[in-house]
Amino acid sequence: MTTTAPAPPRSLTTVVPPARSVSVESHATAIDVDRLSFFYGQKQALFDITAKLPAKLVTAFIGPSGCGKSTFLRTMNRMNDVVPGTRVTGKLIVDGRDIYAPGVDPVALRREVGMVFQKSNPFPKSIFENIAYGVRLNRLAADTSAMNDIVEESLRNAALWEEVKDRLHDSALALSGGQQQRLCIARALAIKPKILLMDEPASALDPIATQRIEELIYELRSKFTIVIVTHNMQQAARVSDMTALFWLGKLVEFDRTEKIFTNPAEKLTEDYVTGRFG
Amino acid sequence: MRHDVVRRWISTIVVWLCGLSVVVALVPLAFILFFVVSQGIQALNWEFFTALPAPVGELGGGFANAIVGTLVLVGIGAAFAVPVGIISGVYIAEFPSTRLATMARFAADTLNGVPSIVVGVFVYGIAVMPFKQFSAMAGGLALGIMMIPIVTRTTEELLKLVPPALREGALALGATRGRATLTVVLPAAAPGIITGVVLALARIAGETAPLLFTAFNNRFLSTDPRQPMASLTVQVYNYAISPYEDWHRQAWAGALVLVALVLFCSLLARFATRRLERLQTGH
Repeated sequence: MTTTAPAPPRSLTTVVPPARSVSVESHATAIDVDRLSFFYGQKQALFDITAKLPAKLVTAFIGPSGCGKSTFLRTMNRMNDVVPGTRVTGKLIVDGRDIYAPGVDPVALRREVGMVFQKSNPFPKSIFENIAYGVRLNRLAADTSAMNDIVEESLRNAALWEEVKDRLHDSALALSGGQQQRLCIARALAIKPKILLMDEPASALDPIATQRIEELIYELRSKFTIVIVTHNMQQAARVSDMTALFWLGKLVEFDRTEKIFTNPAEKLTEDYVTGRFG
Repeated sequence: MRHDVVRRWISTIVVWLCGLSVVVALVPLAFILFFVVSQGIQALNWEFFTALPAPVGELGGGFANAIVGTLVLVGIGAAFAVPVGIISGVYIAEFPSTRLATMARFAADTLNGVPSIVVGVFVYGIAVMPFKQFSAMAGGLALGIMMIPIVTRTTEELLKLVPPALREGALALGATRGRATLTVVLPAAAPGIITGVVLALARIAGETAPLLFTAFNNRFLSTDPRQPMASLTVQVYNYAISPYEDWHRQAWAGALVLVALVLFCSLLARFATRRLERLQTGH
């Protein structure tokens, strides 16, 4: 990444489209993180993260590969519990409750905190069954007609209904990549989580499919608290209200997206968002 | 230039050697099929499938007892080997680094290598001697023991092939680990597991040694698991070493039926697997 004659830094306004301006203060805190550290065995991956993520807004995590942003996201629904040898210190309060306190059931937590993964992972079942799976797990549908309603509503929320309504009982694996990812979003929405975590949801998709996902996030933001990991800064600027920059497992800066991309407090943030490293 | 010529010659020779090896490998199979079909077809008629063995010295009679017997014995074996094999395979795949899983994996591999006659002797000791009675139960047990390690290892291998992302997807929706395994991971591996089970069935249907002194043999049609029972393999063996021309012909026919049964199993496995995969992937 070293060049003999570095190009003059691009101006911030040309790199980033204007972000939407919000009054963060008027939003309650959905996720309150207090000096959270995370370890894979002996290796520490997150260092003393402290942040308050506002409810019903979109928070984006940006940063170079391996900076801990996905790890941090996965601490929020205790998905890292699945990985052997991991350890957490500090507090992560969701809905007024420390989710790492003893006695907290990660299975119950994940019903409140939904997740969409980087690579779409529909079950090898029909489109209908993919949505119905979580609904049945959580006993959210009293009868068949309630189930049908939830499936339709979820698919509509994920902007997929019109494309699949005539083939609900076909295999989900026959859908295109972008459709599969929207199905996974619909599946997560069907269990009515309060918080939706998205781990680079568009990184494996083409630009048009990516745009649809971004539009979807835009529509969903009033209903859910959304946390999205992305390695695409323009995407973070387009879809998020708040942005957090991670670097080497540390939270460098966390502020309104507009501020992060136009007037960051940290030199490191400015260097990253202008593309000078990362 | 010279170097190039040599290189091309070597290439040609190696390709021919490969082709020759394939032919050599296929010749025994072709001959077996040819002999079994050409010899077996002569004694194959309706009576062969429906009649019981004729008294010694009399012509005719059939293998009805043996055909039914083989199906019953394989059924008994599968009835306990398939659940035990699949459940233990799931355990090994779910908790791969526990001591029990390591031991079970090693035990399965060892059991797979145990000569079938040894399995027969073992079952004779535990299921024939105490009751002073040969029985279909004992024969099925012996076949089941042969089958367990195949099913266990197939299940384990196929579960390991299911992408972890599928399990994570189920967990993220609030599934417990057990629920995720049963409702997402296991169904995703099901087409392959079914193939494995059916191939294991075909394999044990062709076993003779474990049955020789467990199910023994029976000249009469029996479906009682407490009684001795005939099987295609044992009856083919008995007929083949007998001094009677007519019995030799029937032994060939029995061999043909056995081969056809195994082939049918393989085709069934393929069909079922394709069908399931098509349901899952939509292609």
